[in-house]
Amino acid sequence: MSVRKEKWAPSETVSAHLILPGVLLVLVVIISTGMGYVHISAIDVIRIILSGIMGNHGLVVGINKVFPYVVLDVRLPRVLTAAIVGAGLSIAGVVFQGILLNPLADPYTLGISAGAAFGASIALLLDPRFLGIYSIPVFAFAGAVATLFTVMSLSSSGGTISCNSLILSGIIVAAILSAGISFLKYVADEQVSIIIFWLMGSFASKTWTDVLLTFLFVSIGFIICTFLARDLNIMSLGDRSASSLGINPNRTRITLLVTASLITAICVSVSGIIGFVGLIIPHLMRFIVGSDSRRLIPASALTGAILLLTADTITRAVLPTEIPIGVLTALIGGPFFCYIFKKRHMALNSGQ
Amino acid sequence: MDNNAIFEIRDMSFYFGKIKAIDGLSLTISPSGFWGLLGPNGCGKSTLLDLLARCKTPGSGAIKYQGRDIGDYVRKDLAKEIALVPQDFYINFSFTVKEIVLMGRHPYIPRFASPSMYDLKIVDHVMELLEIAKFKDKYITELSGGEKQRVIFARALAQDTPVLLLDEATSNMDIQFTLDILNIVLKGVETGRKTVIAALHNLNLAAAYCDRLIFMKSGRVLSEGSLDDMLTEQNLLEVFGIESHVYFDEYTESKQVAFRRRRI
Repeated sequence: MSVRKEKWAPSETVSAHLILPGVLLVLVVIISTGMGYVHISAIDVIRIILSGIMGNHGLVVGINKVFPYVVLDVRLPRVLTAAIVGAGLSIAGVVFQGILLNPLADPYTLGISAGAAFGASIALLLDPRFLGIYSIPVFAFAGAVATLFTVMSLSSSGGTISCNSLILSGIIVAAILSAGISFLKYVADEQVSIIIFWLMGSFASKTWTDVLLTFLFVSIGFIICTFLARDLNIMSLGDRSASSLGINPNRTRITLLVTASLITAICVSVSGIIGFVGLIIPHLMRFIVGSDSRRLIPASALTGAILLLTADTITRAVLPTEIPIGVLTALIGGPFFCYIFKKRHMALNSGQ
Repeated sequence: MDNNAIFEIRDMSFYFGKIKAIDGLSLTISPSGFWGLLGPNGCGKSTLLDLLARCKTPGSGAIKYQGRDIGDYVRKDLAKEIALVPQDFYINFSFTVKEIVLMGRHPYIPRFASPSMYDLKIVDHVMELLEIAKFKDKYITELSGGEKQRVIFARALAQDTPVLLLDEATSNMDIQFTLDILNIVLKGVETGRKTVIAALHNLNLAAAYCDRLIFMKSGRVLSEGSLDDMLTEQNLLEVFGIESHVYFDEYTESKQVAFRRRRI
């Protein structure tokens, strides 16, 4: 077996799955940025963005002087944050489903959203001034990370972590945190509406700092997940097979778990809780590109970005009043999920 | 130390929490041969196979593979030496059959590289051998239990290792596929000088195929030796607590075991 042919098989073109959604994402970003109370044409949006990147003011000659401000300082940060969060939640969804060996898992299965919500509620209640406007994201992030490590320590025994105990620990911790949030709401008095609004998720008034922060975390997470994508595939054969194929299942599981949780934590902390994206996008993409994580992760990231951005644009620019994005994704995603769940269920039963 | 041994286990113990699953077990396995691992449920057969494949780490004692402690190997290198076919598997994701079998080539394919022509050739060959080539593009989730088990077995064969560990690998299969697979394994032993260690429930299949038997009970090796020495009425009574009749069968060309019903 030492003789190896140098000739490599034609690689299955990973890129083919990504060109279409990639182009679509750029189009959706440009069109979304143009939409809103003030309509700006796609050409003008492109000119403004290019002038912003290159610092060439000649490109924006003849465009209303307010437009560059609207595009660059108001809309683009929100549009990009929505796209990056959509990508992040979808990547985390693929990874959680893969690690927990459960196609119905999502980034919030382990109680990470409850932890973030608890942290954010405390920040809203105590209003710590030393952190300024970042008190909520910082507390939400801390809450999410603390929850992750609580859940992991609850479900580990002798250095190994099993999928079932992870899911159970997640449910228990989330239940306790939910009670805690209810208590905080009860004592919150005037701030209760702010807490409720935060819990429903929103991309309103996002800044370039939010864009850069989410981009940094989601990109690092994406690189780590891509690096371990083939290991994640093999993990779905179960620990014994994965181990006999030269993978350390426990180390791979913990690395991916922490990575996906950090992606989730940063997304939740900037945007509040946006459900169903991390569940449905990976599920949907499995039908289209198959279950190979090497294709599934990038394809889900792009599709998640497109869909969450489209949803945010609908609430911002199409609907007469802005609905919280988390409510919209749940209202559209929930029934859609019921549909694919039922279909899958029926397909499985008829196959036997 | 026995220089000829492929596996050398010295006074090894393994605990599940406080429960002792393997209890001071010592065993030497010489290369090439079809070893049958027999014993009642819960005697530690699966745990022993897991320890040999380094899916678990011994609590005390050591396993040497080719004279070197198994823990000292790089995992991917060990995966080129030892393949394990588990009994229980549960694949929840829609991978195609070919994708699963190709996973067996994982130790040979560098990260981010595509499989080589040679990898694909082995995968195709193995799928032909196990008669699963006809549904290579079907999803594993759509297959029956026996078909899935053939795919899992194909994955282990694609790993192309000198040692193959089978943990009740044929338990879900129809008899014709069970025989097919055991014949493939036997050919590997006889012409490829492979070492196969198989935990089996079916005593007569073990008798027909194995040339050496290991009897286990309560986490220990009770006795070990050639089939003819080991397969006796006395041993079966001691290991399983059953009455039986052991005889030489002309058709099988090996010893076989017969049982008698007992009205209670």
